[in-house]
Amino acid sequence: MSTALLERNKESKEEELSPMNQQIEKATKISVNDLNLFYGDKQALYNISIDIQEKQVTALIGPSGCGKSTFLRTLNRMNDLIDGVKISGDITIDHENIYQSHDVIQLRTKVGMVFQKPNLFPMSIYDNVAYGPRMQGIKSKRELNRIVEESLRGAAIWDEVKGRLKTSALGLSGGQQQRVCIARAIAMKPEVILMDEPTSALDPISTLKVEELIAQLKKDYTIVIVTHNMQQAARVSDKTAFFLNGEIIEYDVTKKIFSNPKDQRTEDYVTGRFG
Amino acid sequence: MASLPIENQTTNNRKSNKKKYFLENVSSKVFLFCALLSVFSLLLIIGFVFYKGSHPFIAEGYSFIDFIFGTDWVPSEDQFGIFPMIVASVYATIGALIIGVPVGLFTAIFLSELAPKSMAKIISPAVQLLAGIPSVLYGVFGLAIIVPFLQNNLGLAKGQSLLAVILVLAIMMLPTIVTVAETAIRAVPKTYREGSLALGASEIGTIFKVVVPAAKSGIMAAIVLGLGRAIGETMAVILVAGNSLIIPTSLTDSMRPLTTNIALEMGYAFGTHQEMLFATGIVLFSFILLLNFVLAKISSRGGN
Repeated sequence: MSTALLERNKESKEEELSPMNQQIEKATKISVNDLNLFYGDKQALYNISIDIQEKQVTALIGPSGCGKSTFLRTLNRMNDLIDGVKISGDITIDHENIYQSHDVIQLRTKVGMVFQKPNLFPMSIYDNVAYGPRMQGIKSKRELNRIVEESLRGAAIWDEVKGRLKTSALGLSGGQQQRVCIARAIAMKPEVILMDEPTSALDPISTLKVEELIAQLKKDYTIVIVTHNMQQAARVSDKTAFFLNGEIIEYDVTKKIFSNPKDQRTEDYVTGRFG
Repeated sequence: MASLPIENQTTNNRKSNKKKYFLENVSSKVFLFCALLSVFSLLLIIGFVFYKGSHPFIAEGYSFIDFIFGTDWVPSEDQFGIFPMIVASVYATIGALIIGVPVGLFTAIFLSELAPKSMAKIISPAVQLLAGIPSVLYGVFGLAIIVPFLQNNLGLAKGQSLLAVILVLAIMMLPTIVTVAETAIRAVPKTYREGSLALGASEIGTIFKVVVPAAKSGIMAAIVLGLGRAIGETMAVILVAGNSLIIPTSLTDSMRPLTTNIALEMGYAFGTHQEMLFATGIVLFSFILLLNFVLAKISSRGGN
């Protein structure tokens, strides 16, 4: 399966890359080793092993219920909120095992998340973006103003909302709300941003804007994105992992997955024969 | 010949349909009647109370201002001032709120957000059962436990006091506040919680910064309903209030709220005295009406 690839990734971290490689390999940010996850008695993830490189976009694709969202949520331990979830295996981010450390709060400030539906709080745009920093104890008005502006600029929505920062965030359009959600996530200065089908509730134009934003964000952040939209995966991601029934069937450079997949099931899926 | 049975069947059907429509009609009328019954009762009670209560001010020349702000209630000397009772009612209700609201709210938060399922399964029915206890039993409990306790520990001549009333009312309003607030908190979308936790907020931080503000209108409704319960409570209060006709100046003063004034004296009152008790009822009713108005305002705002 993908073990050979994984090893290559690991080696490339230490060695200088040969110019022969088409894709310049970046350092590994997240390393998952033999991860199994159970909801009660039901196993949802089987032996997941994957290395995710920093400052790249990694797309997770696969049919509904294949475990890609579940996997995404293991990366910032959002699955902890569900009763009866059991996990075995290792997930390390920057060589630190996130399930051994008990500081979930610190983990979640480092690994931000954007959800399927925009989930802004019923408060002003400003308060939404300032929410995380305030929770971390930042009180200075000046500092908060700076963070809010910087984050909204970073999410390419500053110009649209700068005149109405104090109005309710729920008055924005869905696409704008989702970009404010991204601003809210980057206000925490995370290193990784997880996106769980961030455009599935948006119209095509808003989707395009969010995709452009993702392309910009990967300069500074490691992005892992779950998507149902294969064109989207092809457009925005550097690498793609194909999930099926709780397993990773294939994980490779996005171009390869879409033009020349190794596994028949991957090919069937990306050519639209099922799913 | 072959068509006959079919015809028979259709006429049968028609007959039974007629019967159905008749039944339908009758039962909808029955429902309407039942629905109107409560409106009718309401109007009857209001009309009766207002008719009786307004009589002294309209026909007998008593001043309504003197009635509200008068400090002496001596029916035998024709003095009817209910100001001490209004003050007593307001103090008792506010006091009960000061204790009951935080306790009720924290209970609701605990049950809906923090408690493990098994524990919530025990506490939730217990709180609801609290609402089913007849109010006279609260009074008896207050009289047997709280009053002697206050008497002994605060060195009072008489344990029946404002403080005793406040404690009993605070316990009595708990089930209302807990149940309504819990429902409101549970109705807050899960995505808010997830959004907050994903930003590295703690559970308690999430509750107070996101969940409770989002459930604000429901929680306000819970408080107003609890308030209504406290202001209208009679039986339990009679037993622990002491019923003295003074304006309470401290927590240990004996007092008489509006409700108990009516209950205590209605049995033997007649003439103007009786009408003045109805007038007391009008004042009480106005308080409740005001609360309901506030409640309607709050819930309509929550709906938006």
